[in-house]
Amino acid sequence: MPTYQIKVNGASKTVDVAEDTPVLWVLRDHLDLVGTKYGCGIGQCGACTVHVDGTAMRSCSLTLAQVDGKSITTIEGLSEDGSHPVQQAWKEVDVPQCGYCQAGQIMTATAFLENNPNPTEEEVKNAMHGNICRCASYTRIKKAVLTAAENMG
Amino acid sequence: MSSNSTITFSRRAFMRTSSLAGGGMLIGFNLFQACKPKAEPPVDLSLLNYNDFNAFIKIADNGAVTIYSPNPEIGQGVKTSMPMIIAEELDVAWKDVYVEQGILDTENYQRQVAGGSQSIRFGWDALRQTGATAKQMLVNAAAARWGVDAAECSVSEGVITNAAGETLGYGDVVNEAALLEVPEEVALKEPKDYKIMGKNATNVDIDKITTGKPLFGLDYKAEGMVYAALVRPPAFGKKLVSYDDSKAKSMPGVIDVVKIGEKVRGLLAEDPSFGSKISSSDKIAVIAETTWQAFKAKEAIEAVWEDDTTVESTEDHDKKLTALLDGNEFNTMRSDGDVKKAFAEADEILERTYESPFLPHNCLEPMNFYADVTDEKVHLVGPIQTPAWKAGLVAKMLGREEKDILLEMTRMGGGFGRRLFGDFVIEAAEVSDAIRKPVKVVFTREDDMGIGVYRPAIKYRIKAGVKDGKITAYHLKEAAINDGMYGLIPNFFPAGAIENYQVDSAAYDSNITTGAWRAPYTNFLASAEQSFFDELAELMEVDKIQMRLDLLDKVDAEADERIQYSPERMKEVIKVAVEKSGWGNKPSHVYQGFVNYYCHNSHVAEVADVEIENGEPVVKKLTCVVDCGIVVNPTGAANQAEGGVIDGVGHSMYGDFTFDGGKGHAQNFDKYRLIRMREVPEVETHFIKNELSPTGLGEPTLPPAGGAIANAFKAATGNRLYQQPFTKNPELLKVPEKEVIG
Repeated sequence: MPTYQIKVNGASKTVDVAEDTPVLWVLRDHLDLVGTKYGCGIGQCGACTVHVDGTAMRSCSLTLAQVDGKSITTIEGLSEDGSHPVQQAWKEVDVPQCGYCQAGQIMTATAFLENNPNPTEEEVKNAMHGNICRCASYTRIKKAVLTAAENMG
Repeated sequence: MSSNSTITFSRRAFMRTSSLAGGGMLIGFNLFQACKPKAEPPVDLSLLNYNDFNAFIKIADNGAVTIYSPNPEIGQGVKTSMPMIIAEELDVAWKDVYVEQGILDTENYQRQVAGGSQSIRFGWDALRQTGATAKQMLVNAAAARWGVDAAECSVSEGVITNAAGETLGYGDVVNEAALLEVPEEVALKEPKDYKIMGKNATNVDIDKITTGKPLFGLDYKAEGMVYAALVRPPAFGKKLVSYDDSKAKSMPGVIDVVKIGEKVRGLLAEDPSFGSKISSSDKIAVIAETTWQAFKAKEAIEAVWEDDTTVESTEDHDKKLTALLDGNEFNTMRSDGDVKKAFAEADEILERTYESPFLPHNCLEPMNFYADVTDEKVHLVGPIQTPAWKAGLVAKMLGREEKDILLEMTRMGGGFGRRLFGDFVIEAAEVSDAIRKPVKVVFTREDDMGIGVYRPAIKYRIKAGVKDGKITAYHLKEAAINDGMYGLIPNFFPAGAIENYQVDSAAYDSNITTGAWRAPYTNFLASAEQSFFDELAELMEVDKIQMRLDLLDKVDAEADERIQYSPERMKEVIKVAVEKSGWGNKPSHVYQGFVNYYCHNSHVAEVADVEIENGEPVVKKLTCVVDCGIVVNPTGAANQAEGGVIDGVGHSMYGDFTFDGGKGHAQNFDKYRLIRMREVPEVETHFIKNELSPTGLGEPTLPPAGGAIANAFKAATGNRLYQQPFTKNPELLKVPEKEVIG
């Protein structure tokens, strides 16, 4: 099996996996970073969202070749101690019900706010439309993104 | 009607205390009075188990309180709210309480279940009594040390003060308190004195959730653990004939390929409680070093299948259910007066039929479970709503003693009823038994959605008779796949309000696996009945709200013990919903729909606001008014209520699942539509403030939502919607052209 060098949360990692292995499963099964979740495997639900060079991407649909030389950030690497303003807003609003989708929601929201620090409600809704929350905590997700924007501003 | 009066039951019968070897006190108790403890709590925490108690509190000698919460957490919030109830009566600061998920050992187990919105309702008395009893023992210990009367002492946030103003912390006296007798009589707080309940407490797992710490079943890892993906029948009604695993076995990371199914069939023969509908076909388990390797190798298995029983389609089901409604083979579940006679004498009759599809649960965390079967023990870990039941079945299947089974529950990435079923626990145990390795069975999304367990498709036919301007007869007929409604439902509103009233149910026996889905039966019945009431009011030319209130006036719940709902509480939620939603006072471009409903012991009214955008009605807002008694944790309660409403809107708008040749039309979210952010209406939730015992919130706000939007759509478009999902008939979701021009 080929060996890949990837950069995850600031650290270089060597992984020895089949070339078709999605980044999601490299993170979860090889690097023990289980915060990134498996929901659908086809890029439809957003539970596996990570940042690749700062852009939110579906790790279930990314191969290692696609992230070669790029920097991956997962929910574990968003902050040392959960202090990122988006994580803080999630706590302030008490968003989760079951909580399974929330890492993906937070990663989508974080990348979005990097590019659009003062979004309108409509822009937030559009940005978060790709992430399913089966418990339907949507109104709190929206509120938390707006709260984070306010706190970051 | 429930009240807040304390049920008297012996403290000795449900509580035991012990001194911990390392200092501090352990209190074991039973949440449910049906459980009878047989043992003492251990002095060594490593021996903590749930053989005889189903929850524990540890008070350390530094005063810190740990509550080992027994009930499975599926997102309904009990891991936060149940410990809040204890902490309130124990009189400690909530910030000093640490909550841990209790584990499960199966001997003598009962009621460790997440389901039916019952955790808080059943736990209310026991949780309060336990907190108050522990507090009294601590006060007694302090009073003894001071040589004063315990009645002279007061407590605030874990600090005991005597009449002279001297203070002792719980930690100071906990070792003495543990040696005292459990008092038989303790005082409970008055709701007005609550300091923790009624105030917002953030989800106790919030830090782990927001930083991605291992928490869910899919995150669980153990030394030497391998992964298994199962090749399952491609359709209901198929069974395995043969397979070729040579290609799969040569793939990277693949450890083994084994056929399973024999043990499950043995179990089904011995104990049909597991479910007569479960496929008895063999399955092929592909075992690999990683999840992805197992998934890939699974695709490389070449399996041959044949028809075992009939392969069914939605078209077949449609005909079968209609034939049942047209026929006479019903189980009569409630019958008051004489509906036949009343219909014969009626001036006017309204009859309508409502249809709903199968629905997958689609928990976002796919089904999975860990099992490690060895000669010494069977270790099971994962997300399960019914741990005790499944642990017992595993013991039976493997011919083991129940004491050999250790089951640990993880937080669950959604439940919605799917994880009541537990087929994945049985599979994991059978695979581990076959390969004698610790293994985690992981469903792909396609396994989870495509060949899983579903809400049964159901049709309702409702008929009402009107005479002299009054509703004199009401007849509800149900035709369901596999199983019809449970026995409480026929006694829900409007039972008791109409003199001649009958509920009949019939079922068609299908080989498609069906089971409970969030708010079973009522999740569609509420929509059907409440749409029907609207249409009935139109026929009678009476006010829709007043018609409901008039019906409630006729209910004498005291005279009929089958009736659990309270007409007074129902009228109150209706009144508040009218007021809060601005019912009847909205600008002309806002169309409203109203629903009131009772299920899972809570009373709810909802109003939907619909506006026209680009010629189509769009749900803009739901106003939801809930009477669930005392609200333990307002932020958690509002989250449940909003989630239930949006889930109800989403599934009644978009949720559809059809079968052709025994195969579901969708396998993943590319072909199955769940509600997403842009489609989510605003939700405004109001809780009725009272001091009545709390009731369930995980389910009751979901059922009314579908009816509320159906009634609002009717107001907006003139079209009545009889079939869910509402988007199935897009022509009915159009505003007549003349109105668009206007």
